[in-house]
Amino acid sequence: MSDHYYNADDLAKFGNIAEYQKEMGDKFFSYYGEVFKDGHLTAKEKSLIALAVAHAVQCPYCIDAYSSDAYEKGYSEQQMMEAVHVASAIKGGAVLVHGVQMMNKVKKISM
Amino acid sequence: MIKSLKVLNNPLSNADNQLAILEDKKLHSHASFKAKLVASDLYPLRANAVEILQINVGKMCNQVCKHCHVDAGPDRKEIMTMETMQLCLAVLAHSSIKIVDLTGGAPEMNPNFRWFVTEIKKLNKHIIVRCNLTIILANKKYHDLPTFFKQHDIEVVSSLPSFTKDRTDRQRGDGVFEDSIKALQMLNAVGYGVSEDNLQLNLVYNPAGAFLPPSQQALEIEFKDELFKNYGISFNNLFAITNMPISRYLDYLLSTGNYDSYMEKLVNAFNPAAIKNLMCRNTISVSWDGFLYDCDFNQMLELPVSPSNSRHLSDFNLNDLTNREIVIKQHCYGCTAGAGSSCGGEVAN
Ligand code: SF4
Ligand code: SF4
Repeated sequence: MSDHYYNADDLAKFGNIAEYQKEMGDKFFSYYGEVFKDGHLTAKEKSLIALAVAHAVQCPYCIDAYSSDAYEKGYSEQQMMEAVHVASAIKGGAVLVHGVQMMNKVKKISM
Repeated sequence: MIKSLKVLNNPLSNADNQLAILEDKKLHSHASFKAKLVASDLYPLRANAVEILQINVGKMCNQVCKHCHVDAGPDRKEIMTMETMQLCLAVLAHSSIKIVDLTGGAPEMNPNFRWFVTEIKKLNKHIIVRCNLTIILANKKYHDLPTFFKQHDIEVVSSLPSFTKDRTDRQRGDGVFEDSIKALQMLNAVGYGVSEDNLQLNLVYNPAGAFLPPSQQALEIEFKDELFKNYGISFNNLFAITNMPISRYLDYLLSTGNYDSYMEKLVNAFNPAAIKNLMCRNTISVSWDGFLYDCDFNQMLELPVSPSNSRHLSDFNLNDLTNREIVIKQHCYGCTAGAGSSCGGEVAN
């Protein structure tokens, strides 16, 4: 065991998760492969969505993988940063919209 | 202007130094290319025909691209002489080779380029010119190249790493994108790239960075859409080519700390299905001074063809070259990664 939780080399070992549960692991990877193929959205568009989601879920492995993938597929630095801002706006918005719940509660109990 | 590695006296301008790095087990622990072929039952790698003569008519170029495997530039003086061109013509006249692929540098900068094209055409060969586009705008004397190409029914193959200025200029130099767009419009204006059947204009995509090309098909669709929408430009096919870890691209990889991970990417993406159509299997590459190689990359690494009796145009022996064993080293992983790579793009399909 290393003395820290995240290790960049572990990204390449992602496939090893099937070692402990082969059937589910295999199903996941075949589903994953299917999701990222060209469909009604292009593989390129999906890569940018994945990059934004990676930031929203703050997964360093996914950020590593999809920063490379989105750049390789031709997105510019500006486009990629705008995608991160979209993730940020949704996350920020999700926090702030709960402010309405807070306001409702305070309005109810205040005089 | 950026200088070539050679003029800068950079140790990487020396082929032996490049090979020493590529073969150095301390730098990376990847299996040798030979071992990979053995494991896939594909060793030894042999040519099966000589259908294409790829002639490098000189290292002089008006550009100094960061990824250039030739280490070409305005400061390179190696240029094929008319005598050597005569030797090429003699070989072509006495062989069944059908295609002549002219490359450089910027092949058009060779003072005998037009004469050479005209003579090759008399032998009824299909001619490809690897035109960097900006040469057409570089000097008034080159402005009529599109018409010259058309008159000789030449297939034009041109590099454009992106349909955006930013990425193109980062790889190929400031102002290259704008001039390339103008040149493409000039080629379209004389009829290049607008029909399926004649006056073929094909684009080459090389990654502008330390990564492998994405899907050639997806790139082609996107390039066609963007270039037509933004500039009214049409072209026939897009070839996605992997950057070879040699010369200036090797220098870039080493100086940015990307060498190891790039080699790992190439090795991990090894695809035995790419072997069948490797360009070295049907091509002979000729250097500016008339020596023979398996491909332009082996030429730059100064790895001569295996038959020792046929290493120069003056000793060209078609029989021995046709079945020759190909000289392979670690850089060959660049041709077998993913969908494979050649001067005509992907090879595994
Ligand atoms: S890549 Fe082509 S255009 Fe660029 S410097 Fe090399 S030979 Fe010239
Ligand atoms: S670099 Fe590519 S084309 Fe050249 S010998 Fe190696 S595999 Fe063949």
